[in-house]
Order: sequence, then C-alpha cells, then structure tokens
Amino acid sequence: MVIVEFLGPIGEESLELEAKTLHDVAEQLQKIDTISAWLDKCAVAVNDQMTSDLSMELKSGDRVSILPPVCGG
Amino acid sequence: MVIEFLFYLLYVGAKMELYNGSLDVEQIFSKWLHEEAESNYGAYIPFVGTIRAEDGIEALSFDIYEPVLEAWFNSWVEKAEKLGAKVKMAHAIGDVPVHTSSYISAVFSPKRRVALELIDEFVEDFKANAPIWKYDVKEGKRIYAEDRSTPMSGSGLLA
Repeated sequence: MVIVEFLGPIGEESLELEAKTLHDVAEQLQKIDTISAWLDKCAVAVNDQMTSDLSMELKSGDRVSILPPVCGG
Repeated sequence: MVIEFLFYLLYVGAKMELYNGSLDVEQIFSKWLHEEAESNYGAYIPFVGTIRAEDGIEALSFDIYEPVLEAWFNSWVEKAEKLGAKVKMAHAIGDVPVHTSSYISAVFSPKRRVALELIDEFVEDFKANAPIWKYDVKEGKRIYAEDRSTPMSGSGLLA
C-alpha cells in the first residue's frame, strides 16, 4: 500500500492505495470526483522529492503528496 | 555527499526560518546582519513582503509543507554558494494581519551585481515553486487564494 496525502486547500483525508507506479495512483485518483478536478493543476512529490515521472515505481509505505497551486510571500 | 552538504548548511547557518504569525522584521534584519558581520560581503539585499489591506481582508493565512520547502531552499543555498553568495529566508505560518510581514528573503554577496540578480530570481522562483498556500481571512474565515496561486513546475502529472 502507498499513502496518498493531499496538501494545502484540497482538504481531503489521506488515502491508502494499491499501486506499483504513479500511473496506477493517477488512474485511481481520477475516479474520485472531489479529487479529480484538482489533478490538472497539482504537482507530485514521492517521499518529499518532487517528480515528473509517471512511470516511477512505488513500494509499500511510499508517501505520495499532491501539491495544489502555491502562493507564498 | 548529502551528509556533507547538511553539515555545510549547519556550518554556514543557512537554515530557513519559519515563525508562527507575523515576522519581526527589525529583529530578523538585525540577526542576519550580525550573522554576516564578519563574512566580508559587500552587499546585503533584503526583500520584505508586507500584507496589504485590500478586498476587506483582515489577514492572510499560510500553510507550509516544510520538507519540500526545505529541499527547495537548500537547492538555492547551493546555487548561491557557487556564485560566492548566501541566501536567507524567513516565512510566517498561520495568520498574518494586514500591515505586518509574512516573508523576508535576502541575498548577501561580495559585490552588488550578483546579489541584485539573485534576489530577483530567488523571489520569483519562491513565488512559483515554494510549497506554501495562501488564504484570505475575512470575518474569521479562511478562503483559499486560488486566483492568485500558481501551479508548481510539473503540475498535471496525474491528470
């Protein structure tokens, strides 16, 4: 199981998913209405490292963070 | 290598600073000035972000994801170091009332040109890629400042 956490204003509880790659995570999140609307504007980190590789392999216990649009300062 | 770099960060005191609520600008300015008093930098260029009163807000409020912010900041420490410069940053967490400060960054460098250019890049990249979320506070309620927010690099990967 991997843990998916939704940061900042998304306001959803963390999920545990069966996933071997980030692509698997994407497929499952796209099916959740309250989350799918955020996905086109969110960046992704795995274990706190930003990533742009959808084929990235995941292992049990990995933490996937979903980061919505930012505005610091 | 990673461990060596972490020791380097400790050695040079290059740690981002997070505070609950408004920043004490004078205290932070003064602290940074003293930290580098003997470092032989010829230029010290700070940027201070202050909350403006507009659209009936009482305050802005901030959420921060610290692990990714720290990695982002450390990449700038490394970039500045290659130019012989040093970056510093302080940011507020939670509510920051109007007319007080939520964000200070600064660049120290031997000569002015590097610091002038670096403060521009550093602040702009901060606005685009630091994992911080801003909310307007109106009548005690937090409202996500979606229209002023920017998707980070690589957004849309899971769409």
